[in-house]
Amino acid sequence: MQPQVIQRVLGLLLMVFSLSMVPPAAVSLLYEDGTLFPFLLSMAITIASGFSIWYPVRRIKRELRIRDGFLVVVLFWVVLGISGALPFALGTLPQMSLMDALFESLSGLTTTGATVITGIDQLPESILYYRQQLQWLGGMGIIVLAVAILPMLGIGGMQLYRAETPGPIKDNKLTPRITQTAKALWYIYLGLTASCGIAYWLAGMTPFDALSHSFSTVAIGGFSTHDASLGWFNSPLIESIAIVFMLLSGINFSLHFVAFSRITLQPYRKDAELRTYLLILGASAGITTLFLIFSNTYEDVGESLRHGIFQAVSIGTTTGFTTTPHYLWPSFLPLLLLFTSFVGGCAGSTAGGMKVIRFLMLFHQGMREITRLIHPNAQIPVKIGNKPLPEKVISAVWGFFSLYVASFSIMLLLLMATGLDQVTAFSALAACMNNLGPGLGEVGAHYGGINDFAKGVLSFAMLVGRLEVFSILVLFSPAFWKK
Amino acid sequence: MNIIILGAGSVGASVAENLALESNDVTMIDTDSEKLHALQDRLDIRTIIGHASHPSVLEQAGAADADMLLAVTDSDEVNMVACQMAATLFNTPNKIARVRASAYLDRKELLQQEQALVDMFISPEQVVTDYIQKLLERPGSLQVLDFAGGKVQLVTVRAYYGGPLVGHELKTIREHMPDVDMRFAAIFRKGRPIIPKRETIIEVDDEVHFISAKENIGQVMRELRRADRPYRSIMIAGGGHIGTSLAHAIEGNLDVKIIDHDAKNAQRLSEELDNAIVLLGDAADKELLLEENIEDIDVFIAVTSDDEANILSSMLAKRLGAHKVMTLINNPAYANLVESDIIDVAISPQQVTISSLLARVRQGDVVVAHSLRRGAAEATEAIVHTDSKVVGKAIEKIKMPRGTSIGAIVRNDEVLIAHHDTVIQPNDHLILFLIDKSRIHEVEKLFQPAGKKFPLF
Repeated sequence: MQPQVIQRVLGLLLMVFSLSMVPPAAVSLLYEDGTLFPFLLSMAITIASGFSIWYPVRRIKRELRIRDGFLVVVLFWVVLGISGALPFALGTLPQMSLMDALFESLSGLTTTGATVITGIDQLPESILYYRQQLQWLGGMGIIVLAVAILPMLGIGGMQLYRAETPGPIKDNKLTPRITQTAKALWYIYLGLTASCGIAYWLAGMTPFDALSHSFSTVAIGGFSTHDASLGWFNSPLIESIAIVFMLLSGINFSLHFVAFSRITLQPYRKDAELRTYLLILGASAGITTLFLIFSNTYEDVGESLRHGIFQAVSIGTTTGFTTTPHYLWPSFLPLLLLFTSFVGGCAGSTAGGMKVIRFLMLFHQGMREITRLIHPNAQIPVKIGNKPLPEKVISAVWGFFSLYVASFSIMLLLLMATGLDQVTAFSALAACMNNLGPGLGEVGAHYGGINDFAKGVLSFAMLVGRLEVFSILVLFSPAFWKK
Repeated sequence: MNIIILGAGSVGASVAENLALESNDVTMIDTDSEKLHALQDRLDIRTIIGHASHPSVLEQAGAADADMLLAVTDSDEVNMVACQMAATLFNTPNKIARVRASAYLDRKELLQQEQALVDMFISPEQVVTDYIQKLLERPGSLQVLDFAGGKVQLVTVRAYYGGPLVGHELKTIREHMPDVDMRFAAIFRKGRPIIPKRETIIEVDDEVHFISAKENIGQVMRELRRADRPYRSIMIAGGGHIGTSLAHAIEGNLDVKIIDHDAKNAQRLSEELDNAIVLLGDAADKELLLEENIEDIDVFIAVTSDDEANILSSMLAKRLGAHKVMTLINNPAYANLVESDIIDVAISPQQVTISSLLARVRQGDVVVAHSLRRGAAEATEAIVHTDSKVVGKAIEKIKMPRGTSIGAIVRNDEVLIAHHDTVIQPNDHLILFLIDKSRIHEVEKLFQPAGKKFPLF
């Protein structure tokens, strides 16, 4: 552990990210919505605290080690969550308690998309924009962005990158240098965002809505500038655009990278994870649609098809846009969709959940045990796409799974102890930990009605989900803190 | 530069480390995922698991955009096939293969074809052997590096009591030897660099690097230490690749004893060598060393593949009275530990090998580049282009990066030791010395032809 190195990096990162208050301030100026001051004040506070953290140790120039990487990443997410909450807490509209502001900020950064705010349509433009921007920054990863733009992190960048990037195998750099890899990821991300925004705009959104929704679509976030989410537009075209970009953003970005740099569709065709991802989403969309038709939830088949597919993709990728109050559907469906959010998107994407590749590994592993019962002496490697997996990776996936379940159970009990009913507690926790957003029961529409302690637990769950359990829980192990 | 390295062994790993730290883009291929994982933990490189010579693996590593391919796996054949793949399928410009077998190395025409599949062979064992041989030719030196085809040498020695110059200012050397031209490149005192000025006083135990024409080296060395008499009896511990070829090379002129603990290997050695005495036994066996009159041995050279065995047997030999010990140390962490009074010269095979590669990696026209002081410093021979901005300037007028000095100039086969008023002409070969290697890019820029652009990333 090198506290001074950690302190220096943390201070630098804070100072850099205080700049993220500039665009919303500009939006505020543009629309003259009267919330300029909270943004400027938040920026000043963030810069000042970053500077005072950095200044005493500015001359320390050592490389980050693996342990430092974890601490920097977790600390930075926490600190940025707090500083991101400032504009909410300092402004007059929306009127928010500190806990609410923190919840909203973390929900944005972790791309969860759960909100405590009602009356979103009446909010000032700058606050609306700011919420979307939080999601966009958190989507590809603020650390990945930092690695891309701050070359001074050096090899330490790799340690940070690894602590933040989702997925079980993190050594696959796209390019030899970590800064280039981070840049490549952000270029793809930018490209997707731009094309999504333009498509929305052409489909009839205002430029402001198009930009805002492109941010939360490609980040797989789920915030919207309207209470009714994407349903407000009531446009099948916009919904289909959203479906396409949610699907694209849930794919491993290294596939996009290879496909773009070599101009070929080959990598998509060969990838086993992608195939499973599409299979799961296709199956859940099919089941949802059929069930809606046969339960006569909607009057005609077209409506069932439209809402069924949209909700299945939106929840399956952990985005959390809604076009209809899906939590009022026959109770089988909301639960089915909630379960698909546990699987989530592909590793190395902006989606949440446990990631398709992990489930694929667990599935193959389970199949292997069954084969072993029949052929006790057989040598059976676990293969994904014809490549055998190292045993180390498989046991890491089991460890991940058990920790995910264990932390889920503990937080579920905590939530129920605060008085939430079972459906609300379970769905809220699943929606937050999988970075999905909307839950069921009391939290179907928004999270405003639950108590502060529960909001605190859920905020923590969002972080645990975004940083994929290990990076956070490692800080709770005594061995980490030993000299 | 975009460089692909095949094989994550000790040579591959240390080359990767050196190149990555100089902000080259390095991709490493190996079949051993554990090794790659460990490397990626500490270096900013990309790693790919796979068979080094398979086209699909090379393609994945970006061979089509690579500037250099360095094949240093364990197998000569894999290395050469990989180079062939890169040449025919991906048109990779620089292909270097590590080759051990002299059956291949002796066929120079392999490299001289019009469309050579391999541009350069390196044989670390051969390079290390040559290096040790040069040290033996200059008794008392810690390092001997050739420039301009051996006309100029850069020699490192430790200053001792009894050297006429020790305790005096550098400029007094002119009075001692008015007709010998030489230049002090750098002095390291207790590991810290000192940029030599005319008034600098040499102290005992200083590590002095100087440049001079080959024929004057001996004379200068005598200024810095008592005259070392030529070495006569050598004992080599370890009959592996290096031990064998070293014994071969020197057994004609010197008395050589070579120890190996493997009976079959010792048998083979005794059949291959003509004059050397082959001893079967443990190099760290006190009785054996005493029996063989270790106290009369001029140089004890430990070159087994085992660092610990090398260090321990060297320490023992020194304790028992060997005059000088040289030790092959692979692990860089050890090399820093043992440089003390006991082990006179620690030889790092990686550093020696890297020196032979550096010239290829350097931009601008670098002919030779030698890595010094375990990679911290560097000595480079570069060609001055007609349109370079240093042409026509006197040396004192050139703004050199800190810690960099021009040691000598080779002009039309003639060696000129650099003075402050020497004017640089086109096509001069400059011999530069950099105390701090991280400034190499500034130096490269200085000598690069004006039109050439740097890549953006």
